[in-house]
Amino acid sequence: MRLLLALVGLFLALTVAGPAAAGPAAVLPAALPSAASPGPTAEPSGAATGSEESAQTINVRVRDDETREDVEGVGVTVRYEGEVVGEGETDAGGAVSFGVDETGEYEIELDLQSLPEALAGYGVAQNPFLTRVDPGTPRTVAFRLAPGAGEDGAVIDVPTPGFLADIPWRLAPQYAVSGLRFGLILALAAIGLSLVFGTTGLTNFAHGELVTFGALLAWALNVLVGLPLLVAAPLTIVLAGAFGWFQETYIWRALRRKQVGLIAAMIFSIGLSFFLRYGFLYLFGGETRFYRDFSGQAGLVFGPVRIPPSHLFSMGLAVIVLLAFAFSLLYTKTGKATRAVSDNPALAAASGIDVDSVIRTVWVIGTALAALSGVLFGLTQGMDFQLGFQVLLLIFAATVLGGLGTAWGAMVGAIMVGLLIELSALVIPPELKNVGALAVLIIILLVRPQGLLGRSQRVG
Amino acid sequence: MDFGSILSNAASQLLGIDTLVFCLAAIGLNMHFGYTGLLNFGQAAFVAMGAYGVGITVTYFEGPLWAGILIGLAAATVLALVLGVPTLRLRADYLAIATIATAEIFRFVVRSSTFDTFTGGSNGINGMAREFYANNPFPEGRYGGGPFSYNERDLWIRVFALVLIALSLVVVSLLVRSPWGRVLKGIREDEDAVRSLGKNIFAYKMQALVLGGVIGALAGIVLSLSRGSVQPDNYATQLTFLAYTALLLGGAARVMGPVLGSVILWVTLSLTDTLLRGAVSAGYVPTWLMDGVQVGQVRFILVGVALMLLMTYRPQGILGDRRELVLDAR
Repeated sequence: MRLLLALVGLFLALTVAGPAAAGPAAVLPAALPSAASPGPTAEPSGAATGSEESAQTINVRVRDDETREDVEGVGVTVRYEGEVVGEGETDAGGAVSFGVDETGEYEIELDLQSLPEALAGYGVAQNPFLTRVDPGTPRTVAFRLAPGAGEDGAVIDVPTPGFLADIPWRLAPQYAVSGLRFGLILALAAIGLSLVFGTTGLTNFAHGELVTFGALLAWALNVLVGLPLLVAAPLTIVLAGAFGWFQETYIWRALRRKQVGLIAAMIFSIGLSFFLRYGFLYLFGGETRFYRDFSGQAGLVFGPVRIPPSHLFSMGLAVIVLLAFAFSLLYTKTGKATRAVSDNPALAAASGIDVDSVIRTVWVIGTALAALSGVLFGLTQGMDFQLGFQVLLLIFAATVLGGLGTAWGAMVGAIMVGLLIELSALVIPPELKNVGALAVLIIILLVRPQGLLGRSQRVG
Repeated sequence: MDFGSILSNAASQLLGIDTLVFCLAAIGLNMHFGYTGLLNFGQAAFVAMGAYGVGITVTYFEGPLWAGILIGLAAATVLALVLGVPTLRLRADYLAIATIATAEIFRFVVRSSTFDTFTGGSNGINGMAREFYANNPFPEGRYGGGPFSYNERDLWIRVFALVLIALSLVVVSLLVRSPWGRVLKGIREDEDAVRSLGKNIFAYKMQALVLGGVIGALAGIVLSLSRGSVQPDNYATQLTFLAYTALLLGGAARVMGPVLGSVILWVTLSLTDTLLRGAVSAGYVPTWLMDGVQVGQVRFILVGVALMLLMTYRPQGILGDRRELVLDAR
């Protein structure tokens, strides 16, 4: 018997020896310049998604720096060691992805001649742009177009906004609307985090992944299954509610029963966040995705503000849902019970409120709202597996600003954070705009840890 | 599959650079979290201080390496003071949010093109390890054998890292056995009780934060010298959480916990990685289930699962004592 096993093992070892030995070597650059890739071409996105064999992805995004409009139809060339390995054009979302086999330095060049007529004479700070691709990780390169290209039409000096000098005030209304939109969508995500904290004390680091869950599930239903987004989105929200119920019933309640401490539960949530985030990457890949419907709409013009109908719709929907939620929190029995449990779980239980059922409701509604926020983020800015993780700290900032554990605080805080992020781009470089929100998070924690709307209590 | 090469790959992780780097980062975290109960989620920023301290000094100011190392350690001390003065009074979960936000702010700033004359923006700093390898005491040649076969550069960086780890372990083990260390554990168990004994809790927490941060900066120095470069995205929150995984796996509040934890973590990751790669390229795993790219992502999924299982069934890790580590806030 043992001999038989040994023979089988030997057979397996022999059959695999060759390819297995080559496996680890594939990580090294320049190990397989011609072995794996059939030709020196990388497939632009949109064509093939699941079947591509490339080890890494380079995502390129092109947008107008001033109006934040995505720019369609710009030619992009990717070179590796001087050789062209990929060519493509940006899609309606201003994005194009390239699968590349090698790790190392890549050169990414925009064809500035292919810019739309409205943007003629625009350029970017660095063209071609040099970037480094690490094994297994997608790399995103964002080109921000600005007017005033140099003689050769390529390398120009992007006017970096100085502090308080040359503030482009005429853009303020546009930024304010973007900020309001971002804040409203962020508010939907923040409610769940805040209510879960209020009712159970858990700081859930996996909350961002619930946002990604909504965005990607709706994408799968819309693009892979082929449902229209208006059907896919409600279905996603229902499924997300079920996911929330499942999480609470089989994970968080079980942990509370086991008397796992709050810090341990928080580290558990970090584990869950890793599991879900890289699970999404595993299932959906690293590219930036867009819904099939409503992408690349022309903007409606209202005075100084340009806004696509889908963004307007997102804002309207967010306002309606937030108002409905606020109303139910104030006047329905479940809403009152939720506020009671947030205030003092033991007292609420003693007054005959079923605390477990309130917490379950909070999880279902919180996850559904987070998923809706994910769908709307996907609709307005595109999505990838990191979407939720990238907004998680902003969600924290919003809830802490408004007051952790209070639903009102989460909404008010989120809208303020959204406005702050977008309007701060008037005075600081846009790539640093999230820094402002995080700095506010820290300052609020120091000065008024209970938040703007929270009741004063000792947190230190 | 070639199990010989798979096992030797895994064995080489015993002294792999990642293992050594995370060992140092986790020893620092052990000081914060294990002994003092500070939930520092910004360890990545301390590690980055070491890396950028050396990188900027050596490449931008063209200073000597020893100055870079001293500046890196000083930067970590300054960060600990700046971060600690306002945040050490916060409750554990608030401290976690404040520190993770600080680490991300630091990363956003160093990778922005606004400061790229100093930091190289998102491309980071390259060519910063020349002086380190120029002073290599080992003559050219092959050393060791089997999975532990190194050229003189690999050997030098490993010896350098091992000396730093040994020094940190000696310092930590002497300190935690001293009266000072007992006060730290007292703070972790019951802050108010220690305060009522007349101890200045804030000062003790601050000293622990500085010490753990400086050890974290050593990790950054080793990482940047081993690669000869600094990449801002290597210092994202993943680094902090991987270091936590190593620490919690080995056992917090145990001197050897972080060492055991990072060795087990990286050996296991290498084993699963090469096993899966072998299985995929041999066709044992159907391609609709997993392809070569997805193998690299499995490691993070596994880290997530490991954290969840640890917290549920063995929060004290392998070496720890459950009674000693009551993980709880409010």
